[in-house]
Amino acid sequence: MVKPLLVLDDLAVHFKVGSMLAGGVKTLKAVDGVTLDVKPGECLGLVGESGCGKSTLALAIMGLLLPTHGRIHVGGQRISGDTPPDRMEMARTVQMVFQDPYASLNPRQTVRRTLADPLRLHGVKDKAEVESRVIDMMAKVGLRPEHADRYPHEFSGGQRQRIGIARALILKPRLVICDEPVSALDVSIRAQIINLLLELKDEMDLAYIMISHDLGVVEHVSDRVAVMYLGRIVEQGGWQEIFENPRHPYTRALIAAIPDPFHRAAASVARAKAKGEIPSALNPPPGCHFNPRCPLKADLCTVEAPVLEGVAPGHLAACHFRDRII
Amino acid sequence: MSMAIKLPRLRLKGGTSLWVGGGLVATAITAAILAPVIALTDPVMDANLMNAEIAPCWEYPFGTDAQGRDIYSRIVYGARISLSVGIISQVCNSLIGVTLGLTAGYWGGWWDDLVSGLTNLMLAIPSLVFALAIMAILGPGLVSLVIALGLTSWSYSCRIARAQVLSLKSQGYIQAARILGYGDLRIMFTQVLPNILGPLIVIATLGMGGAILAEAALSFLGLGIRPPFPSWGSMLSEARDQITTAPWLSVFPGLAIFFTVLGLNLLGDGLRDILDPQSTTRRN
Repeated sequence: MVKPLLVLDDLAVHFKVGSMLAGGVKTLKAVDGVTLDVKPGECLGLVGESGCGKSTLALAIMGLLLPTHGRIHVGGQRISGDTPPDRMEMARTVQMVFQDPYASLNPRQTVRRTLADPLRLHGVKDKAEVESRVIDMMAKVGLRPEHADRYPHEFSGGQRQRIGIARALILKPRLVICDEPVSALDVSIRAQIINLLLELKDEMDLAYIMISHDLGVVEHVSDRVAVMYLGRIVEQGGWQEIFENPRHPYTRALIAAIPDPFHRAAASVARAKAKGEIPSALNPPPGCHFNPRCPLKADLCTVEAPVLEGVAPGHLAACHFRDRII
Repeated sequence: MSMAIKLPRLRLKGGTSLWVGGGLVATAITAAILAPVIALTDPVMDANLMNAEIAPCWEYPFGTDAQGRDIYSRIVYGARISLSVGIISQVCNSLIGVTLGLTAGYWGGWWDDLVSGLTNLMLAIPSLVFALAIMAILGPGLVSLVIALGLTSWSYSCRIARAQVLSLKSQGYIQAARILGYGDLRIMFTQVLPNILGPLIVIATLGMGGAILAEAALSFLGLGIRPPFPSWGSMLSEARDQITTAPWLSVFPGLAIFFTVLGLNLLGDGLRDILDPQSTTRRN
């Protein structure tokens, strides 16, 4: 058994919202008891609607938000509410590719500076070595050496995302969190960037967490998929298992939402649609958080929250009716 | 494919305002530095009541004042005081304002509350009144003038800096820098400051003009530069009684202030444009 690179152990990140004077303090449970692991070289797809806690989870893994309770083990570090991470050590272990390639690059820095500064900060003193690593990294993401002295506004969206990827990989991390890496790009560019990420994964022996609200993107790249709903993981498993045999009605709804000219089994189920909008995380429904939108809702669902339990080896689902095959 | 070496060609936008503004400011600074060389007479000692209030002529290009001193020479020497007050006090204001605004916006919390409160306090009291109070304590003179003006109008740069930081703080590249292990100070200086510099430079050059005018106001009220030493403001204040009989007494110091302030403002606009990498167009 390979030792996991990242382990989340009952991780929760709560925020206090409001003030004592105006309406009282409420707790927003952005991430509420997530247990997850990522092995070296693996790609985990993390899927869920906007506001389900994906980004908060990412920030916690990056060490930018401290867990309210639970623990994160990443590389050799253990992060919990009272043990903040060593930021420099974290930087060499986990990096991030951002969604918006226009806002994620400093408009006043050339590509060279964007890539060389982190190297110098992390103790690469030799000028020639910095230069060669920068040029090498640029070549890996498909940029030419003469691009080094240009500013971000001189590049297209796809090229900017390549720079973003180069910046994430320059310190040779082992885990890269890709936060919707292609959703801000032209459809024609998306495949290029996805393929680049996959090539680099093999070349540099990386593990990915691919965050997306679109199962369609995740499908192509992930070894395993975790589906998140209102701060909790509702289903996780190998991507084939999830796509061919989804057990949680929310997963079914997400799969049904993929534009699908080939009419896969799960997508053709008429009842797979989720009704309405995601409820407020400030005031989640009792029992199973999905119950107001669920086609399978029963009395039990409003009383008792289902736990994440196995339905097949490596395939977990949090639904009282996980064994009911539609 | 041609084998010609590709040279990046940078075209400067806003070139006109940069060159006109820079030219005006450079002229004023050169005049101040070269004052002993280019002045025709001593601005203080060469009083001669026989020559009082002569209109501009070949001998006295800007005319003479009520004591018979050459206005041109006094303006050239006055540039030393007006410019140093304007530039030094605004540099103080900018340093104080940007430091407070940058840290307040970036760190937030109680520090932000404190700085915002202080800024509002400074904005609520007219800065000239504040400067008057400081001058009353320190007494008139060049040094106290610079101190009084340099401590009283940082609130504008502070406000602008803080607001800009707040709007930048959530940008991806600031987060990326944190993830790469950058410390707070490094992020402020390498990621935030270069991106908020444009508006701050405009505010600073506006403030220099403002400080020159404030010096004029304080000198006018008798709290700035004491007679007989010339500053543009004190020259204006002395000329007010003769504005109908000898208008050149007030017109020429007024024009000196006007062109210097105009030059500073144009220079600020031009600098903002060339500091923005997006305004340089590369043609390969």
